[in-house]
Amino acid sequence: MNIVVCVKYVPDAQGDRTFKDDNTTDREGVDGLLSELDEYAVEAALKLKESGEGEVTVVTVGPEAAADAVKKSLQMGADKGVHVCDDAIHGSDAAATSLLLAEAIKKSGEYDLVLAGLASTDGTMSVVPAMLAERLGLPQVTQVSTLEVEGGTVKGRRDSDVASDTIEASLPALVSVTDQINEPRYPSFKGIMAAKKKPVETWSLADLGVDAERVGLAGSWTKVTSFAKRPPREKGEIVTDEGDGGTKLAEYLAAQKFV
Amino acid sequence: MTPHAALNALTGIDGLLSEEERDLASMVRKYADDRLRPHLADWFEAGDLPAREIAKDLGGLGLLGMHLDGYGCGGSSATAYGIACLEMEAADSGLRSLVSVQGSLAMTAIHKFGSEEQKQEWLPKMAAGDAIGCFGLTEPDFGSDPAGMRTRARRDGDDWVLNGAKMWITNGTVADVAIVWAQTDARIRGFVVPTDTSGFEAREVKHKMSLRASKTAELSFTDLRLPGSAILPEVKGLRGPLSCLSEARFGIVFGAMGAARDCLETALEYADTRKVFDKALGGYQITQMKLADMALELTKGVLLALHLGRLKDGGGITNEQVSLGKLNNCREAIKIARECRTILGANGITLEYPIIRHANNLESVMTYEGTSEVHQLIIGQALTGSSAFR
Repeated sequence: MNIVVCVKYVPDAQGDRTFKDDNTTDREGVDGLLSELDEYAVEAALKLKESGEGEVTVVTVGPEAAADAVKKSLQMGADKGVHVCDDAIHGSDAAATSLLLAEAIKKSGEYDLVLAGLASTDGTMSVVPAMLAERLGLPQVTQVSTLEVEGGTVKGRRDSDVASDTIEASLPALVSVTDQINEPRYPSFKGIMAAKKKPVETWSLADLGVDAERVGLAGSWTKVTSFAKRPPREKGEIVTDEGDGGTKLAEYLAAQKFV
Repeated sequence: MTPHAALNALTGIDGLLSEEERDLASMVRKYADDRLRPHLADWFEAGDLPAREIAKDLGGLGLLGMHLDGYGCGGSSATAYGIACLEMEAADSGLRSLVSVQGSLAMTAIHKFGSEEQKQEWLPKMAAGDAIGCFGLTEPDFGSDPAGMRTRARRDGDDWVLNGAKMWITNGTVADVAIVWAQTDARIRGFVVPTDTSGFEAREVKHKMSLRASKTAELSFTDLRLPGSAILPEVKGLRGPLSCLSEARFGIVFGAMGAARDCLETALEYADTRKVFDKALGGYQITQMKLADMALELTKGVLLALHLGRLKDGGGITNEQVSLGKLNNCREAIKIARECRTILGANGITLEYPIIRHANNLESVMTYEGTSEVHQLIIGQALTGSSAFR
């Protein structure tokens, strides 16, 4: 089974986050890494590979430094990587990114399953997997906490507040997984050494045959026009218990629609 | 900038490492941060740790016997192994000890001196962390003078019969196999002893104030019978265990600087956030003087470690050179730990911060695998040609 995993290189959440003058996330002046939520997708792919035959390809779209996200995935055990990298991509929104991923996946060869994480840890939009499924014409099984592949079908469980849905689709399909699905492995020493020899393709827009006008800041349907720091948390309200503390707390919670 | 990034920006030492070495360092650091660091204070306080679970993790990461070739081992460079030791000891010297005793002592003894059958039987499962090893050389009355050991192996037909005791044996109570060095009628010989052999006993050493996140044991052997195939065939005399010790010392040269770095990073963070009178502690000249001197010694120690690593990878390291590194880096690491403690004031003595834990651990680290005094004598002999051990 051939599995493609979409991964993203994001600024390290432990570090400072900054925006560039054009209101895009600064991915170059800061330490970055493979988005932690994507590690679950890589792990899910590796588990499937280990339980049978197949090959795992990781695909990323991002600046030069994003090669690191591919490398980390290869160190964990993926077989080969694709890095879509072109100055004209800078500022691409989710829809434009999904276009690039779709074209890269098509170019990378035959596939049975496309895996993605729950969301990126920087943009946290969760829309790319659905957009990608549309572009590739695949059934989408999103945000599942379990994953089984049997014969020509894929099955997963999506947990929500009120119910758990079991969703099934025929392959090829796109699946996005949550952080409940597994515990991603650390790259081992052998994995780190082996990754050096694994093939990584770097493709430009021209390689993909994508017109620069469809991506980047200018080609995106959405753009960030301004940003503001979250205001500091307001001082809490102290309830003094004069025999009616419980009632007051309940009233507060009800007023805030917590209950 | 984090203290870690600030230190590296100052020293530029990351630039001396290959990309794979940097990736290895960050992998071990991440594992330690996620899985070990949150529990270290509790393990230290309890004097207990889930050694088997950790060994399994470390096996999965490829850190056990990682510098050995074949038999499921990693085949890494000496420098890469040193870097892994440094990052492990930045978490805790006890955890680095687990790695050292497994890889540098027990596995190295089998790898260097074992029979093909012994290698096939033990090395793959030890590399995977499925089997834990320990190394019995030191005795209750014989530390720096191992030649005086009282443990005896007597030939009985094809068998060997062991009697005696070993002391300060890391991993002793959790080990599946012990490498035991014993006096025979001829020379000192090594034996591969499965710990479930009748006559083998391991008692935990209690009331330690150092390396509490590490298992230490006293081993005793009472008419312990081994088949003839249990002897390590390829070495006779003290050269055997001493060459393993040199391997472990090499890991400590790097490891001690890991402990020191963790103390210094903690002190930098603290000096930045702690207000004294009207400004941050780090804004006072006396604090900056301490921080600068410690950063300098840390840099020198790491450079010495890397130098020795590259020498070893080039095939040309001597025992005396390893002694230079062990002497300097243990001595400076404990000084750094103690100085950092002064920056944290009273907070420095609690397990909320890693400093007192490192400082206490380093008391053992500067004693085991050759005390500082023994290394001074080794270096003195190398310089003067005159042995002053006795």
